[in-house]
Amino acid sequence: MNTLLNNKLTGNKDQTVSFLILAAVLFVFFPLIFDIFRLNMVAKYLSLSFAAVGLVLCWGYGGILSLGQGVFWGLGGYAMAAFLKLEAAANIAKEAGSDQIKALSTIGLPDFMDWNQITELPYIWYPFKSFPITMVMILVLPGIVAYIIGVAMFKRRVSGVYFAIITQALCWIMEILFVTRQGWTGGINGITDLRTCLGWDIRTDSAQYILYFLTVALVLGMIIVGKLILQSKLGRLLVATRDMENRVRFSGYDAADFKIFIFCLSGVISSIGGAMFALNVGFMSPKLVTIEPSIYMVIFCAFGGRLSLVGAVYGTLIVCFGRTFFSELFPESWMFLMGTTFVLITMVFPRGVAGIVEDYGPRLLALFRKRSAGAEDLRIVKQAGVS
Amino acid sequence: MNKPVFHRVLGSLVATAALIASLGTSAMAADDWKNPVLDTYPTSTVVTSGIDVTDNYVTVGQLHSITGTMAISETGSVEAERLAIQQINDMGGILGRKIKIVQEDGASDWPTFAEKAKKLLVKDKVASVFGCWTSASRKAVLPIFEKENGMLYYPTFYEGLEASKNVIYTGQEATQQIIWGLDWAYQQGCRTFFLIGSDYIWPRTSNKIARIHIERYLKGAKVVGEEYYPLGHTNFNSLINKVKLKKPDCIYSIVVGGSNVSWYKQLNAAGITGAALAKKGKLLLTISTTEDEILGIGGKNVEGFYACMKYFQSLPNENNQAFVSAFKKMWGEDSVIGDVTQAAYLGPWLWKFTVEKAGSFDIDTLAVASEGIEFAAAPEGYVRIAKNHHLWSRAKIGQMLADGQFKVIAESDDLIMPDPFPEGYK
Repeated sequence: MNTLLNNKLTGNKDQTVSFLILAAVLFVFFPLIFDIFRLNMVAKYLSLSFAAVGLVLCWGYGGILSLGQGVFWGLGGYAMAAFLKLEAAANIAKEAGSDQIKALSTIGLPDFMDWNQITELPYIWYPFKSFPITMVMILVLPGIVAYIIGVAMFKRRVSGVYFAIITQALCWIMEILFVTRQGWTGGINGITDLRTCLGWDIRTDSAQYILYFLTVALVLGMIIVGKLILQSKLGRLLVATRDMENRVRFSGYDAADFKIFIFCLSGVISSIGGAMFALNVGFMSPKLVTIEPSIYMVIFCAFGGRLSLVGAVYGTLIVCFGRTFFSELFPESWMFLMGTTFVLITMVFPRGVAGIVEDYGPRLLALFRKRSAGAEDLRIVKQAGVS
Repeated sequence: MNKPVFHRVLGSLVATAALIASLGTSAMAADDWKNPVLDTYPTSTVVTSGIDVTDNYVTVGQLHSITGTMAISETGSVEAERLAIQQINDMGGILGRKIKIVQEDGASDWPTFAEKAKKLLVKDKVASVFGCWTSASRKAVLPIFEKENGMLYYPTFYEGLEASKNVIYTGQEATQQIIWGLDWAYQQGCRTFFLIGSDYIWPRTSNKIARIHIERYLKGAKVVGEEYYPLGHTNFNSLINKVKLKKPDCIYSIVVGGSNVSWYKQLNAAGITGAALAKKGKLLLTISTTEDEILGIGGKNVEGFYACMKYFQSLPNENNQAFVSAFKKMWGEDSVIGDVTQAAYLGPWLWKFTVEKAGSFDIDTLAVASEGIEFAAAPEGYVRIAKNHHLWSRAKIGQMLADGQFKVIAESDDLIMPDPFPEGYK
């Protein structure tokens, strides 16, 4: 059983160990040391780490650098937020005489629509009245967008920097669209004040605990999905496409299909993260679908080591914790400290956190086992590649 | 082989630690203050809800953007609040307790505002928060203030449609800025209005109120155009052509932020200046351009245009002169003080008066006690908090001068009632 788990799910022993350590940190360690306020913050970070996990697949293994992960992440977030907002609007409609009601011309409509003189629910909001359809939308919407872009780009063999620039432009388009169609999207304010999901108050401590564990389970699930794909023939073809696309094509494969697939998958994974963000934070903002967060997502991935699915989660957590920690301690100068950290890490550890673990991990382990670090051990770990 | 790398890392870690330590020590500077009126106001009676009030100190939060695109606008508010808090501390604090500030950076990012607001309320347990600037940041933190029961003093003029128990709005809501100003323009002979705005909730709501007021309540007046442009838009030539075609008596502008610079410069280049409009008996009236923006636009480009605000730096009253000189003494002679900066200055003072009236720091008590709190020595003139947590205040019309200041030419006779949910303007 143990070998089956090792081989099928995670590839080899070291990877199983690193995966189990991550699971232990998230499931046991954090809930023990953090109160609910910090734990909710971790849940927020983890929601962002979905995008980084997606990037490991599509950038690290597929060789497709996407600077537009925020778009897919945002689609999931907005889909979830739309559902929650409609529920909130329905709840407000039930209370009579409150200020919130007095402010509305059309009761039952989300408040921001009313402020924008919209009197009927726009058609694109109809699917989000139903919870199951919303869940489907969270998976399908980013898939469709990614598929269209993927077909348009990869079939024409657009790749590398050009593709990165196009995805960045996509972010910009998304931002302009969401900010200017304010009657439909809440404009620059975003969709705020989300309180309940299917009647369950998501702002209470108990709900935030449950959402935290749900987020952790989903992140770990995504990592397993990613590993399964990388272990398969498809995964090897992806790496082959990344390293030598022409040779893959000469062998009779349509390389574009693999790229489209992995791009769509990473979009869907990001989207799930966005949906979890809306649930964890109770709010969705166009600030989260713009260029800046998309770049941050690439930084998370690079920081963790772009070949490591587990590392992507650590990368996200470390960068986000650093951001919170520095900005709480030094509100005036935290950006310089963040910048310095980024520069130092890329200079000293170009392979990110995973690289540090690969280089120094075995030595530490060896010290731990009170056994000298032989060249043999190092070689085995290096061969394993992914940690 | 890896040794040099390891040393480099060690070196950089030491350097970072040293940097952090040096920054840390500069932030720590506490004096020992003893509460002289502790017997009259023992801690057990002034606070019952677990917020951070000790015998000698009370902690407040300050939550503005210190970094990012909004920092340039929000700096004035940060400085004004600091000034007010220092003045209050110099007078012996509130109920004998000196104010300690926990500052957080919203980083011009609404989700960050939400995170920091929660941190201030849940972790630091601050007694009140002075902060936010954009409506988007306020909307992001509002659910948190309501759930965690905090008190926010919000300084910016805004669109209304909101009245929370947990917010005191020290700026004007839309009707306070718009209606009296339009009446003034009407008295100047304006009959046709062209409404212009940046494309988000505040300009849109404001122009909606303006349009209804013009069409419903100003006899013979009409709106001849209404246009919106995205935030940060810089090319206004097509708009200026439309304005030239329609020849409105009043160009009513709610262009916000950096767009202002291009908007006024291009107006100038097209020959639409204050002097040229005045010759034809026309005018440009704005509710979004303060001294702060003119600093970036250049006084020459806006000379002769009008703004409707509740505060101008050049207000001649004594309170304002004292405020301006104290502000300049603390933040430098070149400081410019706009409408929002003054409104931010009101926050700590109104909070002080409310706490002293209630004899308590508890939020629920303050929410009720706020109604009727007066600040007679406010730089803008007398203000009073209404039941809906907005301020009664007077509107003023200022004419822009080449030196970047305003000449105050009109002031409303009465205090204008704050009406965030205006009945006749739906």
